[in-house]
Amino acid sequence: MKTQKFLLSFNKQLAEKPIVYHLVKEYDLVINIFRARITADEEGFMVLEVSGTDEHISQGIDFIRNNGVTVNAAEKGLRWDREVCTHCGNCLPHCPVDALYIVNAATREIAFDSDKCVECLNCIPNCPYGAVTSVF
Amino acid sequence: MKTYAEINEKIASGSAVVLNAEEVSDYVDRKGLSATAEEIDVVTTATFGPMCSSGCFLNFGHSIPKIRITEAWIDDVLTYSGIAAVDLFMGASQLQNNDSANMYYPGEFRFGGGHVIEKLVARKELQLCALSYGTDEYPRRELRTMFTIDDLNQAVMVNPRNCYQNYNVATNTSDRPIYTYMGLLKPRMQNLTYSSAGQLSPLLNDPYYDTIGVGSAVWLAGARGHVYSEGTQHTGSVERTENGVPAEGAGTLALTADMKQMRPEFVRGVSLKGYGVSLSLGVGVPIPILNEQILQYTTVRDDEIKAELIDYSYDYPMKSGKVIAHLTYGQMKRDEVEVNGKKIEVSSMSSYSKALHIAELLKAEIQNGDFLLSEPMQKLPQNNKSKSMVLREGEGGAVK
Repeated sequence: MKTQKFLLSFNKQLAEKPIVYHLVKEYDLVINIFRARITADEEGFMVLEVSGTDEHISQGIDFIRNNGVTVNAAEKGLRWDREVCTHCGNCLPHCPVDALYIVNAATREIAFDSDKCVECLNCIPNCPYGAVTSVF
Repeated sequence: MKTYAEINEKIASGSAVVLNAEEVSDYVDRKGLSATAEEIDVVTTATFGPMCSSGCFLNFGHSIPKIRITEAWIDDVLTYSGIAAVDLFMGASQLQNNDSANMYYPGEFRFGGGHVIEKLVARKELQLCALSYGTDEYPRRELRTMFTIDDLNQAVMVNPRNCYQNYNVATNTSDRPIYTYMGLLKPRMQNLTYSSAGQLSPLLNDPYYDTIGVGSAVWLAGARGHVYSEGTQHTGSVERTENGVPAEGAGTLALTADMKQMRPEFVRGVSLKGYGVSLSLGVGVPIPILNEQILQYTTVRDDEIKAELIDYSYDYPMKSGKVIAHLTYGQMKRDEVEVNGKKIEVSSMSSYSKALHIAELLKAEIQNGDFLLSEPMQKLPQNNKSKSMVLREGEGGAVK
């Protein structure tokens, strides 16, 4: 049993298909959806956490890939730009899961752990410099 | 005892001994005050954070035919043009035209003067729109053109108030979130925000302005600049601890430097939700170690610097004078403080990481002989007080 986070993106035609239903029903996966959105030009995005056996996760991901969904395991729905960040620390109390955290107590530099991020988006309006952006 | 001339000679010959204000404390602990004062020539201090009272004068040169600008916008941000024909002043906290501000509270304040200044220093292209009523010798009545900082004759940053010596710490005791220049303050004191580089901060390392005065050379966002005056709201006469640390905001510096020499990473536009726009700046100030007393002041540590915790939901706007607690930067940098039995999360508007980077950059410039110190031509006021604004009616009872 393992848990993995994915960013899914899909086109207009797939936006109405019940992808998550198939993952649960046919591959016995536990799904935790962090965030989903259909954009103005009807492109779909979804960030979800999938729990199940290695085999089932791999089969489930193959299934949605074969249906035209782009599956990104490396990138999540939130981007933190180290160069844009000034490492002031204004975001810290607004991140409920410490995904944004002080990586070096002496220099007070900030780092971002995308695995911990639950995509609540609280950090975005609390960054004076726009260092955190949403992919969708 | 050393003189400015002796220290500058050592800098010029590449043999000056320089420490930053963080490392000097441990160094003095190990070697003692007297030996260190002999050995060390300069201590570098620095800060990076929002400094709203900043801006720049820009000179565009003359178009054909000429215009005497009476109103002008850069990237739709209004400038001040009540000066000579093609001189403009851009203020850091001027909001972009048509921004709805706090009409749909809390507003986002995405772009303003600070962002224009950031784009200028980053050598990006901007748009100038200007109007005039037209005169015989300046007949043009409007213009629109694209430009970069390299098209300008001068781009000089002129900041009336930077580098506050200590600053209060903001929290919110009310039942609703409030949006301030210290960021979002959650209800019922869930978080607090400070804004100071603490032990690295320039004026906390020279609390009585022994070496930092009018004419002192400073490192302003990578350019060599100087202190041109005491900063606005400079208040020399405040309560201080034994090591000179003021109990509240005290001294301030008015700084200027050539923007064409600045580095973009230290000039950053700021958007503060529900509050407005501003500009964050990196400033480094070298302190010459002329004697033991001056060195002693530079050894101040975060644990010895106290700041006042103020309620921004009532006491700050109403100027009540109430202080909830006194907190040291040492406490606050442990990321959670306890006040009246309640744990409070800590956020900061000031970047210690950038300040440390600046202190190191300035140190390297001095060690390489690229940054000479200058002796102040005038001291900053030590005993002045600040006034509050008193609203009063004009003759006959009417407020004019």
